[in-house]
Amino acid sequence: MVRLITHNLLACHAKGCTTNNFPLVFKDVQLEIRESEMNPEFLRNFYPKLEWDALVKTAEQLGDTSLPKTQPPIESVDEEFLKALHHVLLEIHVEEGAMTCPNCEHRYGIVSGIPNMLLAEHEVA
Amino acid sequence: MSRPELVAPPEIYYGDSEAKKYTSNSRNQQIQSQMTHRALELLNLPPDQPAFLLDIGCGSGLSGEILDEEGYEWVGVDIAPSMLEVALEREVEGDLFLQDIGQGFGFRPGVFDGAISISVIQWLLNAESSHPTSSPPHRLTRFFTTLHSALRSPSRAVLQFYPSSDDQIELITSIAQKAGFGGGVVVDYPNSKKARKVFLCLFVGGGGGAQSRELPKGLDGEGIEESEAAARFEKRRERERKRDKSGKRKAVKGGKDWILKKKELYRQRGKEDVPRDSKFTGRKRRITF
Repeated sequence: MVRLITHNLLACHAKGCTTNNFPLVFKDVQLEIRESEMNPEFLRNFYPKLEWDALVKTAEQLGDTSLPKTQPPIESVDEEFLKALHHVLLEIHVEEGAMTCPNCEHRYGIVSGIPNMLLAEHEVA
Repeated sequence: MSRPELVAPPEIYYGDSEAKKYTSNSRNQQIQSQMTHRALELLNLPPDQPAFLLDIGCGSGLSGEILDEEGYEWVGVDIAPSMLEVALEREVEGDLFLQDIGQGFGFRPGVFDGAISISVIQWLLNAESSHPTSSPPHRLTRFFTTLHSALRSPSRAVLQFYPSSDDQIELITSIAQKAGFGGGVVVDYPNSKKARKVFLCLFVGGGGGAQSRELPKGLDGEGIEESEAAARFEKRRERERKRDKSGKRKAVKGGKDWILKKKELYRQRGKEDVPRDSKFTGRKRRITF
């Protein structure tokens, strides 16, 4: 159940890992598409909070290229675009696999949709 | 009061059987749902905007279910895998993370519109090992600083917890303040042993809402609606107090029933001058000067 919306918020939180720790990179993933109801108001609200580059890059890795490379300004966003955004953000679920930090290469495993964010004692800041 | 946090660390205490028990207990469900609604009330989110919330210690998703009902998008974190498994079975809508909140969050700054936590942070008050990073103050500091940065400004975090002493409340609030939070503790039903609930109501920035910076008042069970809410817990206590050892109900001394019983007894014993029973029996006299 890791959706790209949460992946877009997630940075590595291991000790000393403060730069270049976002976005986490997906490895060996199994995807599942689960349709859900679209909430345009929520998407518009959330829109400014997105890290667009990271989102597009990750979506490409997962095989979805429906989003443009640069983030269109919020005023010019139409229904069609919101649908694509909704699909990428909220309907693609990563079920199995792992996320690795681009900086310290810590591996966060994903089992049945739940990522294991636990750190070992020496990694705790 | 039983204190599970003194028994074992949460990920062990909430094993498979305990997680199932916890989730299927209807009384537990009711209390959790009441507290979640109250926490949402204290969050004071703008009513017409869909918000993105963090559920700290989401467990089996009892509180998450209510967030779903209310139409919020949410992310839940918990340390007990068995609880999360139950949450998966129950098909809650939010994303779930296996995470130790005492190790801090890795969320980007300012992404959440609010955070709630139901009956969780008392678990942070016990040290599991002697490693410096597992001392309660260190874990609390890490928790509050990373939480503070993950919340947008202005917003609120409402954390309900069960402190076992005032010192614990003080420790927690002082660390939260050091992490940059405003706000403080809201106590509902402070005079009841059972219904008493402690909410840590923390503000980031102005705290959001119209009456920003002003701490909401705790319920005291004096309003009509509120006393009904409290009655669920209070009535039983009253009843238990009245009951004598044999389990039968005993009339309260000085009450009408008690007076009638005594008078009946005196008549049976043949005592003279026992006043007759009337509608005024056992009534209070008007106050006159």
